[in-house]
Amino acid sequence: MSAMLVHAFTALPLAQQATETITTGETIAFWILGPLAVAGGLGMVFARNAVHSALWLALSMLSLGVLYMAQRAPFLGVVQIIVYTGAIMMLFLFVLMLVGRDSSDSVVEVLRGQRLAAAVLGLGFAGLMAGGLARALVGVQAVGLAHVNAGDGNVVNLGRLIFTDYLFPFELTSALLITAAVGAMVLAFTDKRRGTRRTQRELAEARFRGEYERPSPLPGPGVYATANSVATPALLPDGSIAPESLSEIIESTTREALAGDIAEVRGEVPGPDAHALAPHEHETPEETSGGGSGEAQPPGHTNNGHGSTHPAADPDDARETRETTSTSDDAESAHTARSSEARR
Amino acid sequence: MTRLAQGTPVQELLADDPLWLIIGKVIAIFALLVVMTLFMIWFERRVVARMQHRIGPNRVGPFGMLQSLADGLKLAFKEDIRPVLADKWVYFLAPVISTIPAFLAFAVIPMGPEVSIFGERTALQLVDLPVGVLVVLAVAAVGVYGIVLSGWSSGSPYPLLGSLRSAAQVISYEIAMGLAIVSVVLYSGTLSTAGIVEAQAHGWFFWLLPISFVIYMASMVGETNRAPFDLPEAESELVGGFHTEYSSLKFALFFLSEYINMVTVSALATTLFFGGWRAPWPLSAVGDGVLNTGWWPLLWFLGKTLFFLFVFIWLRGTLPRLRYDQFMRLGWKVLVPVALLWFLAVSTIRALRTTQGITSQQILIVGGILLVALLLVTFLLPDRAVRHEETELPVSGSDYPLPPPDLKVPRTPRVRRELGGRHHREGEGDSVPAAQDTGRTAIGSGPGRKEDGDGTP
Repeated sequence: MSAMLVHAFTALPLAQQATETITTGETIAFWILGPLAVAGGLGMVFARNAVHSALWLALSMLSLGVLYMAQRAPFLGVVQIIVYTGAIMMLFLFVLMLVGRDSSDSVVEVLRGQRLAAAVLGLGFAGLMAGGLARALVGVQAVGLAHVNAGDGNVVNLGRLIFTDYLFPFELTSALLITAAVGAMVLAFTDKRRGTRRTQRELAEARFRGEYERPSPLPGPGVYATANSVATPALLPDGSIAPESLSEIIESTTREALAGDIAEVRGEVPGPDAHALAPHEHETPEETSGGGSGEAQPPGHTNNGHGSTHPAADPDDARETRETTSTSDDAESAHTARSSEARR
Repeated sequence: MTRLAQGTPVQELLADDPLWLIIGKVIAIFALLVVMTLFMIWFERRVVARMQHRIGPNRVGPFGMLQSLADGLKLAFKEDIRPVLADKWVYFLAPVISTIPAFLAFAVIPMGPEVSIFGERTALQLVDLPVGVLVVLAVAAVGVYGIVLSGWSSGSPYPLLGSLRSAAQVISYEIAMGLAIVSVVLYSGTLSTAGIVEAQAHGWFFWLLPISFVIYMASMVGETNRAPFDLPEAESELVGGFHTEYSSLKFALFFLSEYINMVTVSALATTLFFGGWRAPWPLSAVGDGVLNTGWWPLLWFLGKTLFFLFVFIWLRGTLPRLRYDQFMRLGWKVLVPVALLWFLAVSTIRALRTTQGITSQQILIVGGILLVALLLVTFLLPDRAVRHEETELPVSGSDYPLPPPDLKVPRTPRVRRELGGRHHREGEGDSVPAAQDTGRTAIGSGPGRKEDGDGTP
């Protein structure tokens, strides 16, 4: 496509010298770009994924822009690419990406008679288009841009027209756009008043003043060689579990599950007794249920970080786990490659 | 403004290029960009290493110059992985979409004046369009698609966030860039890149439009996603940004396009503000401008471009990364308004000069008077009252607030307390229960509360 583009570009000055004949370069450009534009339009209608639709539309716009350039309207072509492909379609893509890849269209008719009205209007528009096209093919004599581009060239002539004859419509359009932009901003920033946000310093001072529960954030979960799950509790310097590091919403590490562990660390489980052959007799009933049986697992054992306790039990799950691991490995290696190549 | 419908002399010169010459130029530009990329990677690593008191790559080839070639070959032989959740076609297309526009933009950059290649008179430029500068902007706009689509199609959250950041960044900095370019276009009277170089025959626009130059420099770094504006691939926040999931040649393509974009915006900066291929001042006077003819200008052009590329590396070695909101504030609240005001001033002065016949001397005098008056006004303005806060917290030497004197110290952990208690019990300490009481109020509902009630006598 690039070579073709270049060819179309270089054909431009030649085309300007020529009169009303269509040059070979223009013909070639048309027969490449025209089908592409049509394919883009069809693809947009028939693609199932919304992002794919947007991409097809972008292809269509891009082909039209290049087509304009090949037909001696370079300014229009470039502006078409900058404004439509670069800005408007990009906004579309933004919204589609934020909405999510799997969201499908709702087929419920929200407005009554909406489909009928849409069908009627669509048919009407198709009729208008067909009529206009037929008239363009039969009745209109092609003038070409040679006359318009005469003198100082396409760009200068266009600029002169915009800032003299068409100044008022031009300004009116920009006023409309500015109004829309300002309106969007007003709608988006309604409840953010000035000065309500505290700075980092003010926040720090407020914490030490006691306006918050505690001056520091809550302790994070434990990160050990065996586990880095959020369900793993952090340990205090003496080996006991930091209660604040336990999340209330994660079920796998309720305090009950860890009771045996806590008791062991606290030294409530009696150690080996040199005088006794059997295990200790005077155990509290709580510890028999907690620490004695296999109920309590070591902290890192409960959750393997992928949410599945038994990777082998569910083949689908296991496959996914493996995939995730491999991709993250890949990302890491790519990242390392990058780091070693330029970031260091 | 003396252009005719046939276009500038450069356009006429390029119009009768035979096909072999056009293909030759295309291949030459392609080779130049690829070699520049390989060179830049090595150069960047060496320069940054020097700035950080390291040595940098010095093993492969002389001075380690072939290091990037070796890295590139290694990348090509790596396994090409596609994530399961990736969108197959878009994932494949994204690196291609980001690379092709990067190459395309260089087509309009003038690298030299009229030369003779195998007896054919031509200019060292592929095409000279009447809308040359806009083509660079348009091509950059298409290049954003590569970044956005790569992030989306990876089917993974970090790349998506990186690509959203990147797209927002490129689009907002393109506005500032466009506004900076407008002033140049106003002075040169043409959008064609060759015409802009021609207009700088008697003085670079860098001297005439310094503020535009500064805005362009800032926005070109933002536009290419380079440090300190490299938020889309902020390693500490987003792993690798939009290309986290890419590997092998696809990753290499992203790498290539990033460096080519750097070269392109540097070349455009040279063209717009540093006189393009024109020799710098003392050299331009040598031998009645003989250094501005033939193949010499290619040297000046590459030298100036390399200077800008060095500035890129310099910035990266010097400045820390901006936070995202700071970055956006800089773009929208500083660069864009300043660019608009500057453009207003430039167009006003130009209108006055053309219609009223006011000389630049008068403009400078009026400007100087205005500046002095502004300075006087700022001196006369009263200082802002210094805030005195009685409630201000005591601060340690390092400006950190000190903890309040009545801070409740949390209770000591159980085991140590137990040991201490035993110790005290052996002596006769009665202070232990008191300490436990204060500790209990401080910690609220600790897990060991129930056991406490039983355990302590």
